[in-house]
Amino acid sequence: MQLDRTAVATLGCVLGGAALLASLNLLTPAASAVHVPDFVISVVGKYLCYAILALAVDLVWGFAGILTLGHAAFFALGGYAMGMYLMREIGARGVYANPILPDFMVFIGWNKLPWYWYGFDHFWFALVMVLAVPGVLAFVFGWFAFRSRVSGVYLSIITQALTYALMLAFFRNDMGFGGNNGMTDFKDILGAPLDRESTSAGLMLITAIVLAAAFLVARAMTRSRFGKVLMAVRDAESRTRFLGYRPESYKLVVWTVSAVLAGIGGALYVPQVGIINPSEFAPGNSIEAVIWVAVGGRGTLSGAILGAVLVNLGKTWLTSALPEVWLFAIGGMFIFVTLFLPRGIIGLFAARRPAAGTEPKSAAAEAAAREAAG
Amino acid sequence: MGRRGAGKGGQCWRHMSPRIALRAALLVLTLLLLLPTAVPMRAHAAAGDPFAPLAATNFDVVARGVRSLAVSGNPRAVAVIDALRDGKLFAWKWPRPDAPLFIRTDNGFVDARSGAKVEAPAPVNLRRIIVNDSVRGAIDTAEGALGLFSKSVAARRRAADTLYQSADPGALSLIERALQSEKDAGIARVLREAQAAALLKSGLKSGTGAVEARLAAVHELAARADLPTRSLLASLQGQPPAVAAAIQSAIRDIDRRLQLWGLLENVYYGISLGAVLLLAAAGLAITFGVMGVINMAHGEIMMIGAYTTFVVQHLIAASAPALTQYGLLFAVPAAFLVAGALGVVIERCLIRFLYGRPLETLLATWGLSLILQQAVRSIFGPTNQDVTSPAWMSGYLNLGGLTLTINRLWIILFAALVLGALMATLRWGGLGRSIRAVMQNRRMAAAMGIRTPWIDALTFGLGSGVAGIAGVALSQIDNVSPNLGQNYIIDSFLVVVLGGVGNLWGTVFGALTLGVVDKFVEPFAGAVLGKVLVLVFLILFIQRRPSGLFPVKGRAAEA
Repeated sequence: MQLDRTAVATLGCVLGGAALLASLNLLTPAASAVHVPDFVISVVGKYLCYAILALAVDLVWGFAGILTLGHAAFFALGGYAMGMYLMREIGARGVYANPILPDFMVFIGWNKLPWYWYGFDHFWFALVMVLAVPGVLAFVFGWFAFRSRVSGVYLSIITQALTYALMLAFFRNDMGFGGNNGMTDFKDILGAPLDRESTSAGLMLITAIVLAAAFLVARAMTRSRFGKVLMAVRDAESRTRFLGYRPESYKLVVWTVSAVLAGIGGALYVPQVGIINPSEFAPGNSIEAVIWVAVGGRGTLSGAILGAVLVNLGKTWLTSALPEVWLFAIGGMFIFVTLFLPRGIIGLFAARRPAAGTEPKSAAAEAAAREAAG
Repeated sequence: MGRRGAGKGGQCWRHMSPRIALRAALLVLTLLLLLPTAVPMRAHAAAGDPFAPLAATNFDVVARGVRSLAVSGNPRAVAVIDALRDGKLFAWKWPRPDAPLFIRTDNGFVDARSGAKVEAPAPVNLRRIIVNDSVRGAIDTAEGALGLFSKSVAARRRAADTLYQSADPGALSLIERALQSEKDAGIARVLREAQAAALLKSGLKSGTGAVEARLAAVHELAARADLPTRSLLASLQGQPPAVAAAIQSAIRDIDRRLQLWGLLENVYYGISLGAVLLLAAAGLAITFGVMGVINMAHGEIMMIGAYTTFVVQHLIAASAPALTQYGLLFAVPAAFLVAGALGVVIERCLIRFLYGRPLETLLATWGLSLILQQAVRSIFGPTNQDVTSPAWMSGYLNLGGLTLTINRLWIILFAALVLGALMATLRWGGLGRSIRAVMQNRRMAAAMGIRTPWIDALTFGLGSGVAGIAGVALSQIDNVSPNLGQNYIIDSFLVVVLGGVGNLWGTVFGALTLGVVDKFVEPFAGAVLGKVLVLVFLILFIQRRPSGLFPVKGRAAEA
């Protein structure tokens, strides 16, 4: 596979940046001027997880035209799967020192581990679940949705209802996932204490590598023949169907892959932030992920990563410096980007040198659709 | 029957006075062990000397004495019970067969039984009769029963209800007397029920007549299908087999009727929730249904309507306090104008650049919703604002076995009014005609001289204005906070989607269905799980019928 300049730059930034930060954190003394403090490492790790989620959203929205308002659900499900492993890993070190039951179960008076918690004491099992749970849910959901040709705004609203329903469900204590408080107080992962700085730097590096791999996979997918059909579906679904393709199959594949990717992002996210709770399912989170992609550039994989990192940098800075301005800023960003910057930041550069051809021609396509309709 | 037994017992009592103490102790024991069988003995004591038990040192005996005194029909009963309540009733401190009782008045002592003035006994011989909780309860019941012969209908009604609740067999004679003189049919009915209850509670006397009377009593009670009656029936023990069977079937009957009332109550709650959803979704049915604009800031426009109510209320309280009760009447047009104007501004400045790009509209209006939320939070603060409900909107309405809250009734009525006005506007109003023309064929409407951009703005303003009115209603039942709108946005979109786009009747149907289903799932699944189930059902539903229950047919449907 040939890598163009943008792809090389993206991979270089992600991998090189992560390696540089990690080594500056671990190898320089704390007093040194170039020392990178621990919190930067954990914040960057978080951004990289968000970037994985942004890639997932971009795959479905940028390339298949499915505006998802519920991708945070898959992210959170992956996170919960990892959280369950980390919970079991605590073992008898919890407040109630129960070797089997997590603290919150002892607290609500359960004396037996529910069946769906079996197996999560093995890391490999948790990894399988990280992939399987979001994947299966997305497959079932997509199977119904795409086959009955739910599309456009309706699909967006039911994805939002999906994540909302999951949020309400996970808020319940008797679901057995910690209810309102979720899961926290994790001790270590695969025997490595989570509060040690080498662990967090390592997790950040792993996240960077996974992100790079996800970027390459997504790039391969979208550049292949499959990707071309996908973009045809995005731009003119009926025409693609009339040409003999089955748009629902293409959508279902990319939707499931994207959900699995989001789940991986969530699984990497939980050990780095140390908590997972039902608010991760909040519909607002999913829409925020969409705006990362929109800011960076919909339909460009590098743009998704760029947008996720930039918007979250801004969020971290604004919520601590001027907390009341943050909602104005992100709200304004939604409006500004949709009105004036439909192709995002990447689009600004791409406009100068017309190449790629991967940008969505959404405006044109939809204008055509409007003509056709009425 | 009860009276006859009581008379015999009374004679015994006179001749066996030395055994009073033993008798009292036995009474207490029997009462503790076998409460129902203690009942006839109480009747014995009461009919002989209704005042004697008051002099007892055991609170339970005193309490029973108070009850039987009240129903004895003794003319001194009121005065003595009042004195007992006020702590002015005194007994002889040492055991005496005639157990004298005195009432302390402002000028000396009177004999409790006769009311005649007596020479003041030496304080050392007197014991004030103290009142504990059980005696006080008995006093309350007694005072209720004494109202049975009052001139006031309300007091008689209260007394009858009290008698029914206490179901005291000792009151049978009193009830009979009251029944003879009672003219009011409603009170007479309650009295008959009280009689039935007391009869069933009274001890067994052999004889077939007794069984028939009891069966009749069970039937009388079964007609009154409420929870207290059910527990009364369920508590009856030691009845003859035929009566016990009748009681069982009466309980089943009551259960069935209670279930029916419960069902009706659920329907009512469902409709009232549906009315709220309808209000929230009616505006959306215009902006989303008619114009096809996904307005994620719809909830925030409702929130601004609620805040308008709050501001109007403050303005009125400051300028014309006399009108405070009617603040809502001013808030409705104010909210419509504020929200409508906001809607026109939003359409002109934002939405019109995004027509035909629904996904972009969704994102931009989501951003707008965040801005509106934060703006309100910055101006009014993040805490809930206090919007008071006027007096005519609070309280309850009892309808058969139903208890309806008045404010919910108003909201149902209000939702119907708003919907009616909206439909009338769309159907007959000049603006409505233009809106429909533009919706059906934009180019043709433009060719006929309709300024379509202006109509777009007004349509959006109309939908937003209705959302503002919905906010006024929401301010009465929900917290007025910057997050108000978020709670309703997903639900109202689901309503519009369920009902089908571009169809107000569909919206009505969708809202009521969603409301009723929600309330029916709730009792056995819990509030949260019920919500989840409804959402799952809707997700599945939308996939089966992607364009709602009442899809728009024809060429436009595929757009």
